[in-house]
Amino acid sequence: MAKINVTMTVNGEEVSGLAEPRTLLVHFIRETLNLTGTHIGCETSHCGACTIDLDGVSVKSCTRFAVQAEGAQIRTIEGMAEANGTLHQLQESFRQMHGLQCGYCTPGMILRAWRLLQENPHPSEDDIRQGIAGNLCRCTGYQNIVKAIQHAAATLNGETIAEAAQ
Amino acid sequence: MIPGAFEYLRPKTLSDAIAMLATHGDEARPLAGGHSLIPMMKQRLASPSHLVDLAAIADLAVLREEPDGLVIGAMVTQRALLGSALVQVKAPLLIEAAQQIADPQIRALGTLGGNVANGDPGNDMPAVMMCLDATYMVQGPKGARQIKAREFYRGAYDTALAAGEIVTAIQVPVVAGQGVAYEKLKRKVGDYAVAAAAVALTLRSGEVTSCAIGLTNVAPTPLWAKDAAALLVGTRLEADAVKKAVAAAEAITDPAADGRGPADYRRKMAGIMLARALARAQQRAA
Amino acid sequence: MNDMTPTREAREARLEGMGCKRKRVEDVRFTQGRGTYVDDIKLPAMLYGDMVRSSYAHARIRKIDTSKAEKVPGVVAVITAETLKTVNLAWMPTLAGDVQMVLADGKVLFQNQEIAFVVATSLQAAADGVELVEADYEELPVIVDPFKAMAADAPVLREDLAGKTEGAHGKRDHHNHIFKWQVGDKSLTDEAFNRAEVKIDELLSYHRTHPSPLETCQCLASFDKIKGELTLWGTFQAPHVIRTVVSLISKLPEHKIHVIAPDVGGGFGNKVGAYAGYVCAVVASIVTGRPVKWVEDRMENLSTTSFARDYHMRTEIAATRDGKVTGLRVHILADHGAFDACADPSKWPAGFSNIITGSYDFPVAHLCVDGVYTNKAPGGVAYRCSFRVTEAAYAIERGMDILAQKLGMDPAELRLKNFIRREQFPYQSALGWEYDSGDYATALNKAMAAVDYAGLRAEQKTRREAFKRGETRSIMGIGVCFFTEIVGAGPSKNCDILGLAMFDSCEIRIHPTGSAIARVGTKSTGQGHETTWAQIIASEIGIAASDIMVEEGNTDTAPYGLGTYGSRSTPVAGAAIAMAARKIRAKAQMIAAWLLEVHEDDLTFDIDRFQVKGVPERFKTMTDIAWVAYHAPPPGMEPGLEAVSYYDPPNMTYPFGAYICVMDIDVDTGVAKTRRFYALDDCGTRINPMIIEGQVHGGLTEAFAISMGQEIRYDDMGNVMGASFMDFFLPTAVETPHWETGHTVTPSPHHPIGAKGVGESPNVGGVPAFSNAVNDAFSFLGSTHIQMPHDAWRLWKAAEKLGVTG
Repeated sequence: MAKINVTMTVNGEEVSGLAEPRTLLVHFIRETLNLTGTHIGCETSHCGACTIDLDGVSVKSCTRFAVQAEGAQIRTIEGMAEANGTLHQLQESFRQMHGLQCGYCTPGMILRAWRLLQENPHPSEDDIRQGIAGNLCRCTGYQNIVKAIQHAAATLNGETIAEAAQ
Repeated sequence: MIPGAFEYLRPKTLSDAIAMLATHGDEARPLAGGHSLIPMMKQRLASPSHLVDLAAIADLAVLREEPDGLVIGAMVTQRALLGSALVQVKAPLLIEAAQQIADPQIRALGTLGGNVANGDPGNDMPAVMMCLDATYMVQGPKGARQIKAREFYRGAYDTALAAGEIVTAIQVPVVAGQGVAYEKLKRKVGDYAVAAAAVALTLRSGEVTSCAIGLTNVAPTPLWAKDAAALLVGTRLEADAVKKAVAAAEAITDPAADGRGPADYRRKMAGIMLARALARAQQRAA
Repeated sequence: MNDMTPTREAREARLEGMGCKRKRVEDVRFTQGRGTYVDDIKLPAMLYGDMVRSSYAHARIRKIDTSKAEKVPGVVAVITAETLKTVNLAWMPTLAGDVQMVLADGKVLFQNQEIAFVVATSLQAAADGVELVEADYEELPVIVDPFKAMAADAPVLREDLAGKTEGAHGKRDHHNHIFKWQVGDKSLTDEAFNRAEVKIDELLSYHRTHPSPLETCQCLASFDKIKGELTLWGTFQAPHVIRTVVSLISKLPEHKIHVIAPDVGGGFGNKVGAYAGYVCAVVASIVTGRPVKWVEDRMENLSTTSFARDYHMRTEIAATRDGKVTGLRVHILADHGAFDACADPSKWPAGFSNIITGSYDFPVAHLCVDGVYTNKAPGGVAYRCSFRVTEAAYAIERGMDILAQKLGMDPAELRLKNFIRREQFPYQSALGWEYDSGDYATALNKAMAAVDYAGLRAEQKTRREAFKRGETRSIMGIGVCFFTEIVGAGPSKNCDILGLAMFDSCEIRIHPTGSAIARVGTKSTGQGHETTWAQIIASEIGIAASDIMVEEGNTDTAPYGLGTYGSRSTPVAGAAIAMAARKIRAKAQMIAAWLLEVHEDDLTFDIDRFQVKGVPERFKTMTDIAWVAYHAPPPGMEPGLEAVSYYDPPNMTYPFGAYICVMDIDVDTGVAKTRRFYALDDCGTRINPMIIEGQVHGGLTEAFAISMGQEIRYDDMGNVMGASFMDFFLPTAVETPHWETGHTVTPSPHHPIGAKGVGESPNVGGVPAFSNAVNDAFSFLGSTHIQMPHDAWRLWKAAEKLGVTG
């Protein structure tokens, strides 16, 4: 099958590459763009390890073809930290609150949390749990992920949060 | 899990889409949110030769109120529904159902049209649409027509759509003072229902003046529990009346045994969900 | 330097040593998506492998036609058992002393068994090739139920074993029998039962499930024909063992094999074994001369690489009328699937299931395990537990509850009455273990106080009365579990894998400027070894943890170790790390003595320095000493400052804990909601409390999943049901309960730093706590035992049977 040239903006940079129509967006990101921070965990849109931000919404990139993302604005985990290496507050909070262990779900989880906080800067614990329900984690039991997102929200809102992860 | 090869088409108008589907016949499939079709393609349970992506067709993304009710374009996502103040006020049952569909990422891409049109008995919106007596606007090579949701579903993945036809919009009647509820029992977020029940009813001085019931995932098709609902009209939803309606609803179910439980369990759960939906709808009815 | 005098507290804090909630080193790369997992590695000219799998659970294969697949553009090779036979690799040895097919050789024995391996230039071409490989099957009768495996007329599954009456673990009684394993004194135990005032006898099934880490099993094999060297990157919990196995079965010399486990996305036991995909990738790379990557998909992962559990335990307890246990008798039917590929130490066909006497002082006990073949996937890994310990803990902890119910005693009270007492340690169990240490009553009492146990029981009483009056449709259960784990395999006197003693190792090299690198024989799959191993060294030798780099997973550079599973890293490698560090400290002390012109015995080690006793202002820091070691060592002393330690533990460690679960169950739907879960763990010395808490949260979440619905199911035809994340229950943040944690500290007396291991305790203790809560909820209605998993439909069925559904 002939390959099609696909162009999109990823982490603020216009990129293009060739893809078969059946090339999944996650494979395009990982194999063609070499952005391997976006992971594949289940391939059936259940686990959320492949979550990216696409045109203002969180999307599971394993269930999208690259050609569908022609012209899209995409953010992946590689676009979260500042160019000078400063971590985004969510990345810092995940570290502070022990919100990750094996690290495999983490990029998808952080991307999802980022969009959640864009939409709802003051989420309740329930908002957070519902908000990340499309992202599975096998290591943490979520409790410290929830804390990390609360910590990030509070910090971004200029509040101080007393309780650190034990 | 890699899909077979196909050609990708992205029409900008509805007529182009219809023409493309007609040209490529059975081997072509329309692509909406993709959350049913793409996993099937990955497992090679579906191998269309052409995918007609409906995403660029502006006409399919409408969401407005008309004299006959809300008109919701087929490509409106669950997320867009949830964010719509109009839907919130005029069709709160859609909001309640959409909240229980899959997870945030899937709701961001999954569309109302895809949910109602692909005939998967596990989808939530079909029973809701049957309950609300919605009408599907359909376009195909022979032109446009309308199909009642209550007449749309024929079997698992088998609908009243003719070859080359697609659902373009859903018209949802708006009924003032209606009390609605959608009760869904599921194993976890992201799962289809073990059983779910949609209820819409109106009351006058506590007495049921109209009632409609839809049931999800307890038969090869979504179910419109017409007789069960009829048993409740004229009652005040007394325990005995509810019990009879529940029995009538259970009687029309034909659930599959799967990881969600054996058939007898799922049948009973349809009844329990119905009873709970009735109670909540009653509280909400004006 | 000496005039800068930071306080002791400041010096201590700077080290970030043991006991510190040190933030993880790994997180800097993981939070930025900069980890390197196997699938992130790409090599020039790399090929992609994809597996063709059996549609049937038991069938003869008449023919495999690869011709159509070979014609797919991009397909480079299709490997079958015939190809593998040319290199004598159609079959491979298992860790349990059996053999298994790499690719189907004449027949298939479980659904999704590997049949052929397609190698292509792209993922897409490989998948297209897989679709076009055609196998011609002749269906055979299927055995799914282990209780039917040893029927006289049961179909023969393993034709390759025809006539073999001896297996790796003794006599085989039937063509589908693998082994019989017995421990304890049968006649004394039978006698105790004959005399018993009270007895219970219950079949307790622990269903088949799967560890399912978020990253599946995968590898990248690259064979360099010129050098004759193989490099194998893979998701390996035990990279050195993999290297030895590859060498043994491929006949490549071990020094020409480089095994590298990069970042691994969770293991939980799934990544201990050697799988067909690995062998095929290696052979394909040798055959094609190009690197070959194999990545299993989720369906393949759940249905083929390593199930867990599937133990059916007939459990009998004898006791006196006043609740003193007098004997334990257990028979286990162990369903090992089509090949015995259980990942246990070689001499332990049923793992350490003889820990089944638990935390109680049983005077006598007898355990008998029969392993059988069925038409299911092989595996039998320790899914976040030490070998078969979670099954054993389940049996004894359910058994104690059932006994309490029979006696009319409170289950916590029964436990307190029968605990091994603090003064009995070291304690010889009736089934042969020497428990190193414990303080059980203190732990359980603390847990009971934390949840107001008496208050909960009072509430339950009220709620039960309300239920009987028809005022509520919800029933309340309180699950108590007190578990003792046995981890840290292990002492070479009783533990080996393929003959390799289960020691572990550490090499520490101090650099001239006072920073260090430590290489360890373990492999973190999320436990944070890069963080915690440095903490041990920091405390032992006084170099800040942030100045110590920890490296694992590369067999060329790391000392030989047996890897990470069965909670063995801290008990075994943690000890090796401390011992290597102490060797360095000993040499450093000699250098310091020379520098300070005193006798070594006149020095004392203080946080980060040696100082002259009584004269604290005269000292040399480890940084000073490191420089001298490379710059001008004492006359006659070898330069440099490094050490290696291989640690063979004298005993296992025995972490324990008290868990209490409070649950409400809606009898109309069978839906159970965990209201509260409190977990007290005693893992001895605590290296990093933050990481311990994280491990406990994760393990409890797995326990919650397993007990409440996670299972690998088969239909009567041997079709594996629900091998996707739609059906296989992995809870999301919404279903997962909130966890409360607590701890006591009873250091291991034989471990250099007193640590015992914790990663698996919450899985071991959590499952019985949940199951006991469910069963406790139903007990007042006359129920004795409801089998797991406790998903909603099964609980509703239980309620229906008890006549309480609507």
